[in-house]
Amino acid sequence: MKYHKDIFEIIFFARGGQGAKTAAEIIAQAATGEGKFVQAFPNFGPERSGAPTKTYLRLSDSPIRTHEPVIDPDVVVVLDDTLIDSQDVTFNLDKKEALVINTTMSEHEIREKIVNISKAAYEGQIYAVDASGISLEVVGQPRPNTVILGKFIQVTEAVKLESVILEFRKIFEAKIGKENCEKNVLAIEKAYDTI
Amino acid sequence: MINKTYKKLALTGGAAAAEALRQIEPEVMPIYPITPQTPIIETYAKFQADGMVDTEIIKVESEHSAMSAAVGASVAGARTVTATSSQGLALMNEVLYIASGLRLPILMVVSARALSAPINIHGDHLDVMGARDAGWLQLFSENAQEVYDKTIIGMKLAEKVNLPIMVIMDGFNTSHSVENLETLETEVVKKFVGEREAINPLLDTSNPVSYGPVALQNSYFEFRIDQEKATLDAKEEYEKIAKDYEKISGRHYALFEEYRTEDAEKILVLTGSAAGTAKVVVDHLCDKGEKVGILKINLFRPFPHEEIAAVLKNAQEIIVMDRAQSIGTKPPFYTEIISSLYQAGEAKDVKSYVYGLGGRDIFQKQIEDVFMGKVDGQYLNK
Repeated sequence: MKYHKDIFEIIFFARGGQGAKTAAEIIAQAATGEGKFVQAFPNFGPERSGAPTKTYLRLSDSPIRTHEPVIDPDVVVVLDDTLIDSQDVTFNLDKKEALVINTTMSEHEIREKIVNISKAAYEGQIYAVDASGISLEVVGQPRPNTVILGKFIQVTEAVKLESVILEFRKIFEAKIGKENCEKNVLAIEKAYDTI
Repeated sequence: MINKTYKKLALTGGAAAAEALRQIEPEVMPIYPITPQTPIIETYAKFQADGMVDTEIIKVESEHSAMSAAVGASVAGARTVTATSSQGLALMNEVLYIASGLRLPILMVVSARALSAPINIHGDHLDVMGARDAGWLQLFSENAQEVYDKTIIGMKLAEKVNLPIMVIMDGFNTSHSVENLETLETEVVKKFVGEREAINPLLDTSNPVSYGPVALQNSYFEFRIDQEKATLDAKEEYEKIAKDYEKISGRHYALFEEYRTEDAEKILVLTGSAAGTAKVVVDHLCDKGEKVGILKINLFRPFPHEEIAAVLKNAQEIIVMDRAQSIGTKPPFYTEIISSLYQAGEAKDVKSYVYGLGGRDIFQKQIEDVFMGKVDGQYLNK
């Protein structure tokens, strides 16, 4: 799936401390490296560990001037599937648009939960990936925030997988060591390869 | 000659300010943390700890002390910078007047934020508007690129006119948003800002001077007249420096930015991050055949009355959006614009709206409604 809108807009739904801001910034840096224009900012609500958060990301081929929050996303990424019980994550997400979600639930279950909150059937695409499971298996820790980027890139082709991996290494190699960094890269690649 | 070897980066507004400061490399930086300014001094302190800059960072116990230390360092002859927000700026208040009265070229980056009470850490312009009569130059920024550029321009301007300057960004909206910007080579920036040539520095012991004297009925008045003249003259210096900066960067910042104002029947006056949002609205409305434009304030102190009136006199409708109140009277930008027009003999109806207090989001749709006269009341709080 490819998007040709002037500005490609994404909302990350997560909980405070899950690293959605880091995930959005990795994509932003990767896209900048590819010569694109970007904007990434958190919804500036009260940030408390565990509380629902929203992070916005814009990608474009020309400079981005608006500073309004994203209200009509092209893609929504959900890092924690319990959020769909309380947040209207598919708001303004249309038929040809996509929800990328970290979950082990079936598509049917996800759609039922969405109807409960948004009071209307969601007609867009759903791309479920067990990012927490992959992270636990490959890295040994349940850190879905960067793993889910693999799926996000596969679905949107918004940036190249290589750019994201390059950026991940740049940010994390010194912080977590080469071995751990490569495990994370492997997990991103694994999420990218899921069907 | 335009420097072609620029780098396109993605940084927050706070990091963009820190990057400009790294290249300027001030000699002294007294610091005290406060949200949403902290990332600026945090990032700079890391540069210093990594040995990238040779700056004396003074960690003080309050903003009052930060500004006091800045006054001391600047009087001594050092290139001095600091940063603050909100309550921090309010706490500095009495020392702000000392910095400007002593004619000290201190640069302060302000990540503008709401004032208590009630407690709110988010963006608006109440803090900087509270300091608008303190004798500081005030320069507003729309995005991370402008924060970077105006920090460099501001440093040079302050030292040229011997007056302190606030380089202002919107707290969170700009300070915490990652956006693209192009930076210059460090040598280019260093050459542009040059070295501070302090007039009568206190540490020049072979030419002893005294600072902070008493000036009573016989001379205080004249000091104030001189200070006002120096501040008004800074407008021309700003324009010269902005032109010189264009030569090295390709980016020009006039006293204010005119966006599609030529032939515009309606002109919206505003500043900060909302100006970017408003530009998108203007493009959209112009595409539909509306004649609308924007006048974005860059230099707020000194205020360019004549130049602004010359642009606004051609508009049929003028709208002003303030991100602050001036409780008990009309909002700050609004009263300035009314004054500009009246002084130019152009008494016009001007609409006034207040938006974004305490970090309230502003959407393109709201600005479109403002242009189309669809908003009831003066507050864009819906």
